[in-house]
Formats: sequence, structure tokens, C-alpha cells
Amino acid sequence: MMSCEPWQCAEIAATKKAHPINKPEVAVAMIKRAARPILVVGSNVTERSLEGKLLIDYIIDFARASNVKVVATAHMVAEFLKRGYEPADFMSAMDIGNRLVDPTWQGINGEGHPDLAMFVALPYYMESLILSGLKHFAPDLKTMTLDNLFHPHASWSFPNAPAKTWAENLTVMISKFKGEK
Amino acid sequence: MTNKGLRVKAKELKTDIALVKGLELSVGKVIDDTWEEPMGPTPMPHITTLRDWDLKLLNKYKPFYMPDCDLCCLCTYGKCDLTAGKRGACGLTIADQSSRIVLIACSIGAATHTGHARHVVDHLIEEYGRNHPLDIGGLNVDVEAPVTRLVTGIKPETLGDLDEVLTYCETQVTHLLSAAHTGQESNNLDFESKAFHAGRVDQVGMEVADIAQVSVFDFPKADPEAPLIEMGLGTIDNAKPVICCIGHNVVPSVGIIDYMKANKLDSKLEVVGLCCTAIDNSRYFDRAKIVGPISWELRVIRSGIVDVLVLDEQCVRTDCALEAERINAPVIAASEKNCVGYKNRTNDPVDEIVNDLVSRKVPGVLILDPEKVGEVAVRVAQKVMPMRKKQSSLPSEEEIIKLAKTCRHCNLCQRSCPQDLKIGPAMTAAAEGNLKPLTELYEECIGCGRCEEACPVKLEIHSFILKAGQKFMLQETNFCRAGRGAVQDIEIRSAGGPIVLGEIPGILAAVGCANYPHGGKDVYDICREFAKRRFIVMTSGCSAMSAGSYRNEEGQTLYEEFPGSFEAGGVLNVGSCVSNPHIAGAAIKVANIFAKRNLRGNYEEIADYIHNRVGAVGLAWGAYSQKAASIAAGFWSLGVPVLVGPHGSKYRRMLMGRSDKPENWEVYDARTGDTVNVGPAPEHLFQTVETPQEAMVSIAKLCIRPNDTWKGRSIKLSHYIDLHKRHYGRMPKDIHQFVRTMADVPMTMKDEIKDILDAKGWKETVIPDPTMLPRMIRSKKE
Repeated sequence: MMSCEPWQCAEIAATKKAHPINKPEVAVAMIKRAARPILVVGSNVTERSLEGKLLIDYIIDFARASNVKVVATAHMVAEFLKRGYEPADFMSAMDIGNRLVDPTWQGINGEGHPDLAMFVALPYYMESLILSGLKHFAPDLKTMTLDNLFHPHASWSFPNAPAKTWAENLTVMISKFKGEK
Repeated sequence: MTNKGLRVKAKELKTDIALVKGLELSVGKVIDDTWEEPMGPTPMPHITTLRDWDLKLLNKYKPFYMPDCDLCCLCTYGKCDLTAGKRGACGLTIADQSSRIVLIACSIGAATHTGHARHVVDHLIEEYGRNHPLDIGGLNVDVEAPVTRLVTGIKPETLGDLDEVLTYCETQVTHLLSAAHTGQESNNLDFESKAFHAGRVDQVGMEVADIAQVSVFDFPKADPEAPLIEMGLGTIDNAKPVICCIGHNVVPSVGIIDYMKANKLDSKLEVVGLCCTAIDNSRYFDRAKIVGPISWELRVIRSGIVDVLVLDEQCVRTDCALEAERINAPVIAASEKNCVGYKNRTNDPVDEIVNDLVSRKVPGVLILDPEKVGEVAVRVAQKVMPMRKKQSSLPSEEEIIKLAKTCRHCNLCQRSCPQDLKIGPAMTAAAEGNLKPLTELYEECIGCGRCEEACPVKLEIHSFILKAGQKFMLQETNFCRAGRGAVQDIEIRSAGGPIVLGEIPGILAAVGCANYPHGGKDVYDICREFAKRRFIVMTSGCSAMSAGSYRNEEGQTLYEEFPGSFEAGGVLNVGSCVSNPHIAGAAIKVANIFAKRNLRGNYEEIADYIHNRVGAVGLAWGAYSQKAASIAAGFWSLGVPVLVGPHGSKYRRMLMGRSDKPENWEVYDARTGDTVNVGPAPEHLFQTVETPQEAMVSIAKLCIRPNDTWKGRSIKLSHYIDLHKRHYGRMPKDIHQFVRTMADVPMTMKDEIKDILDAKGWKETVIPDPTMLPRMIRSKKE
């Protein structure tokens, strides 16, 4: 069942909670509306397998289709390079969080501060804390998670869902972006 | 040094010029000072004395807050919603509140270590007197208390001197905690500065505790060849009565071991321990066994191996006593900080207490006399063991399969698990008779038991995991080197130069708790990687245990594979939590012994020296506690970077440098007064990393210091680049920020790096005599 409670039960938010994304098309529309979206990809991206395909392969397809710039955290840059995809940047999860709360940061390659930061595949509690930091200290930044785990500190989050639904959502998003090319 | 109060009272004093009646003259202290070193500028610093230094660091490494809670509920104005810039009823913002929580955590940590030290020192003074001399390492250790000398300006020689040092710590902790009251401190950076001060005080408190116990209990004294101690559940002789001590304070355990020795029972019983008490027991008695880190408390109790459980203080699960009841093991609470609700039997006759525990008339007792704890524990263990028959509370495999069929598949177990372990599918498999998926959870489970609390049908899921992993549990037979205590002065003389010049590429201190993201092997792998690279690897506490819990291809544990001395490629276990100041102390002694900088009350200068010259990095891969926070704060304040594993993000505040802002990386060249950009070295002061691979790359990079010689920098860069290429699959993108002259570039990488430097528009710069303190500039620019 799809649920909009925090995946890890105690990671609750107070008065400002994420809007659930009930259809992947809505997420696609919001990403398109953003001028400088980025996607922060964490170390679980090689740990999750959806319908027989690794999450990292979905993410590469998504990034190629959408042209969203990928920031790989931890040592994930190597995993992307192994698969023939060069992320726009790589840095620690804390470094990208810390840059995003700085309104003077000029973004990846100096292309301007991102207006949408998406996250996927960090350890749930780390992602939750970074999203909390952004909620409090980067009030003009919109955040979104592409996980199948609900993140109340994001601006928008997919609800908790089984891997099959997650795979379907990602596939729809990829095809929507491809269709627009 | 001794400071004594002087009071002169005279009812009537007749002199040639006057008659004085009712004279009372009181002098706070008489300084009997035989220490020749001149007093530095900041002895006994108050909470704002070193504020300027703290703010220098905090300006370079700004806090990045990730609030764990949007609310403040500390006073009755609240709850206040502080979301995104709202101020609470008292006016506080979420940044202030987040830093306030950091201060509270660090103050709790400092109070805990100081309280621990107070108990140890008071007890030892009562037993051995104030004049009992301190002996940390005989002739090999002249600088016996580097942290205490540095912070307080006191050179302690006796137990009585430590009493005075602790009075200072207690005063500071009180002021620090008071600053967290509603309506006191109001600025986040000032909260942070106070947290740094808590760290300084914490280091002093810990040092006092350890040098007192090393001196009096005759622990290994700066001994690189301290004995190897058997470690793991598999090392315990089940045929003997087993006394298990959990906590951090060795005093009650000393009572147990002394009683055993006095009654020639030391080979008849097993004394085992968890957490830092285990480490310190083994420093006192090399046949004491270390079972494992803090996270194994439920594991050990539920296994049924324990006949008597002795609880002292810190990091003791609050349900240990309830768990012990389930296996019919009597409990002795031995600390006034952890009375467990038991009746205080300290003044009752031993026979009565023993009878009450053995007959199960009472499940446990509070005894605050360590000698009595010793006698009661031993006698009860002997009597209880044949009655208990090692009764376990773990289910049989058949019971697991039967009970697993009642699982409702609600998945609350996984959603409550800090590790997000896939418990649900393992339960489904168990219901079908396949326990392998449960077995696979064993290594990564941190033993918190939250899965059981969440289960709506009250399945004892943690016990299921333990039973499924029991085979591995009983095979755990490893070695941990007993905590050696301090680093010898002669070791510093020999290694200090290569460290400061960068030829020993760094010091890795693997410290702290066992809240690991994927089991303890990551700690072993990281330590071994850096020992093989001829860094100096120092360990303490639960990390010291995890480092010794795995074996190489030859079957050796880390402590068998590498020497225990402070040298390139050495792996040194300094001891328990309170031994951590020997790590900070080694860095301080490099400044003092190698560089001949005065220590006494000279904090800023020494911290400036360490920050710019000593390539040390702390790694608390499984840090969980407030004590770990204060320990880290002690290192931050010295300018030593600390990395934590993913769960460490829950400390909710990082101290991050910005490598993309060149203006943040300027120092003075003490020779000329010129401002020199030295690059992001070290880049961060407190950072969470996600994976062990990221930790390895970060450690190598964080060892880089502005003072490195070209040879040292070249060695450090070669490790950084090598690890980066191995784990990140490419050259570091920031290499140009660490090359000052072409001589810094590792010989074999010259061509590759030159191309990168050219592409980045790199320009050669000078290697300064780096300092952040204008007063250290020897020749001012005109």
C-alpha cells in the first residue's frame, strides 16, 4: 500500500511536510519547470535492484533522458564511470548539502544555483537529515526525492511503495523525458 | 605542582606596633611550583578565554546544520516550531537551537567523563592517599599529562593534584551547561565555541581518569608490547562461572579480580566484559576477556553465558537488568549513576546479599563498595552457575519457524531498524523453514532491539537473528591488544619529525562506538589499509575491539600483524574511552617534544601548530553517544578533523570547509608575515562519510597539512591519488589545490598531473611556516 508516512518511523517532521507525488507525470512536469535541476545520487544506488535491473541503470537512463545534472556522492562516481556515464560532478553528500544552503554558490560548473535538488539512494536517515537542513536553511530551494520511501522533509516526495511501483514510476519518467526529445 | 589553601587564625596578635584581635587571614592557594616551564597565556581557560581561537576555526569550517527535530520542547513556552527561520517564544532560531543541542550533547559527554574521573580519583585518594605518585610510563614518559598541562597549566604529580584539576573541569561543565538554559546564549557560533570548550574540558577529564588508573592499578604503562587479550564469545570457557561487567568504570571490576586473586580463584571463574570496562579489565588482568563492543549487550545476555551481571556506568542498556532476569542471572548495580531501582545493600552483610541473590529473593542489588561488589559477584557466580545451567533466552530453531508463521508482514520491524535491514523477507523465509536470510542479518545488526519493540505480535526478532547467527557468534575468537596508555616520549622524538614533515603520511585514530552501518569489518578494513600504507593507526574503545575482530589471509588479527608502537605502520590500542587523550596527547607532544613549543597553558599556539602541521585524522565510524560528541569536540578544538560514519550525520551539525572559496584557506607565513593561500588542508573539521571507500579517500586527503615539506606532500598525494583512483575510478578533481611546487608532485605521476595543472591555470606558490595567529609572526611586514 502507498503510504505518506516517513519510511523510518521516527523521522517525523513538524509543521512543514512534503507534498506526495502521486503520479510520475507530476514529477516530470515539476522537473521541466525547473531551470537548473540537479540529482544527488547516493551509495545505495548499486544496492537496489528493481525488477532485475540495478537502480543505477535506471538513474543513468533518467539522467540521459532528462539532461538533469547528476552529482554522485561517496564513491559512486566510479560506478557511473564503469557504466560509461560521466556525472556532472561528485562530492560528499555533506558537501553538496552545504553548498546548496549557500545562496552565493554558483552551482555546478558555475552555471547558477540550482532551483531544484533531487535526491535518490542515500541512506534514508542521511537523506532525511540533509533534506531537513535544506528545508530550514535553503527556503527558496525546492527539493524532491526519487526514492520509493516517503521523505517528509522534502518539498515533494514519492510515497512509500514497493520496488515494482518504483520501477514503473522511474520507467514512466524516463519515457516521458525521452518522448519530449 | 601543588596548590594548597593557607589559613591563619589568631585570637590575639601582639606586635611592637599594635595589638590585633580576631585576626583571620586566608590565602586561596600557595603555589609550590617546581615546574620550570613558564606559564602560557591561557591557564585554566574559562568558557570565553579561547573564544577567538574557536571563532577562527568556526569561520574556516562553518557549521552545516541538519536539524533532527523542527521543534524545541525544552521549556513550557513550547513546543515551538522553528521551521525555516521562525523564532521560538524565547527568540531562538533553528540554527541556535541546533548548536545548543550540540553544546548540550558535548556538556553531557564532558560531565560524564569528568564524573567518571571524579569517582576514580576520589576512590583512589581514599585508598592510597593524596600523595600517591602518578606513573604513566616510568622514565619513558616525562610529559605525563600533556592535555592537562596544556589546558590547565598544571603539571600533576600526585593523585591530589588530579583532584584540583577535576575541580576546574567541574566548574567549567557547570558554566557550559548553564549557558544552554533558556534565555542565556543566543548566537549559534557562541554555542559552538562553548561546545569546543566542553571538548577541551572533556579531554582533561578523560586524561585524569586514565592516568589515575594507569598509575595506581598498574595498567600497561606506555607499553607497545602490552599483552594480547582473548576476545569474542567463543573464547569464554562455558564450564566456568561467568561474571560479565558492562560499562566504563573499572573500579568495581578491580574489586572482583582482586577478590578472585586473593582467594586463588582467578583460574576458576571467567571475568568478561563489554564496552570500555572490558578494555580496562584486560589492562588490569590479562586473563580477563573482552566479549565485544557496546552493541552486543543483548547478544551476550540472551545467549545465557552470563551467571552474574555487573553494571557500572555509561553506555549500559537500561534494560540489561530486565534481560538478565529472563536468564535468571543476578545483577549487581555498582555505580551511583546507574542504580537500576535496586535497594542499596552497600552496608548489608555479604552473606545476606549473596543468599538473597542466589535464592532469587531479589533480582539484583545496588552495592557502592567495590570490594563488596567483588566478593558478592564471585560468590554468587559460583553458587548460581550450577543452578542456572547457562539458561538462555534465545528460542530454538523450531520455535523460530513456528513463531515466524505468526508474522503479519506489516514491515514495521524494517521501518524501525536503524540499518533498514530486510527483516520482513527474512521472517517470510523463516516461516518456510529457511533461516539463512536471518543469519545474513547477524553481522549488520547493531543489537538495538527496536524491531522487537515495533512488532505488533511481539515477536522477539532480535533473538531470532541471534539464534540464526549463533554459529558465527560462538566462532568469534580473536585478539585485542590491551590498552597501552600513553605514547612514550622517545617514540615522539623518533616519529615527530617524519610526521611534521609529512614523511609519515598521517595518524589515523579509529575511535568510538559500534553504531556501524554495515558491521565492524569496515573498521578493520580501514585500519589495515592505512597500517599497510605505513600511517600510524591508533585505536580505542569499541573501535579497538572491532579492529581486532577479523583476520588476514594468514589468520592474524590486526594486532598480531602490525607492531604496537608509535611508528610508521604501527597499530596502537591506547585503551578505553578515557584513554583518548593519549591520542590528542601524542599530537600535543609532537609540538612539545619535537618542536620544543611550551605546553603550559599555551592552548592556542599548540592547537595552531597541530592544525597546520600534524596530519592526524579521527575516525569514529560508529559514533553514537554524547561522549563521542565531546571527544570529537576536543579534537576539533585542537584543529584535528574528525570523520564519522553515516549514522554520525545524526549529530545534526557538520563543520565544513569550502574548497571552492580560496579566501578561506589563507594563513600567515610566520617567517615574513605574508598571507599565503595553502589550499583546503585540512578540508573539513567534522564530516559524515557514507561508505568505507569514501572514508579511506577522505582520510588520506585530510592528512594533508600546510606545513608538509615537498617530500612529505608528495608522499601524501601519492596515497590520496592512489586511493582516489582505486575507489573513485579517476584522478581527484582538486589535485591542483594541493600542489604548491612541482616538487610536490609524486614522481611517477608528473606528466599526468602537469597536464591537469596546466588546464587549471595552476601557479606555483611558497611553502610557508603556517600559522593562523598573528602573534606568531616573527618578522612583521613593513
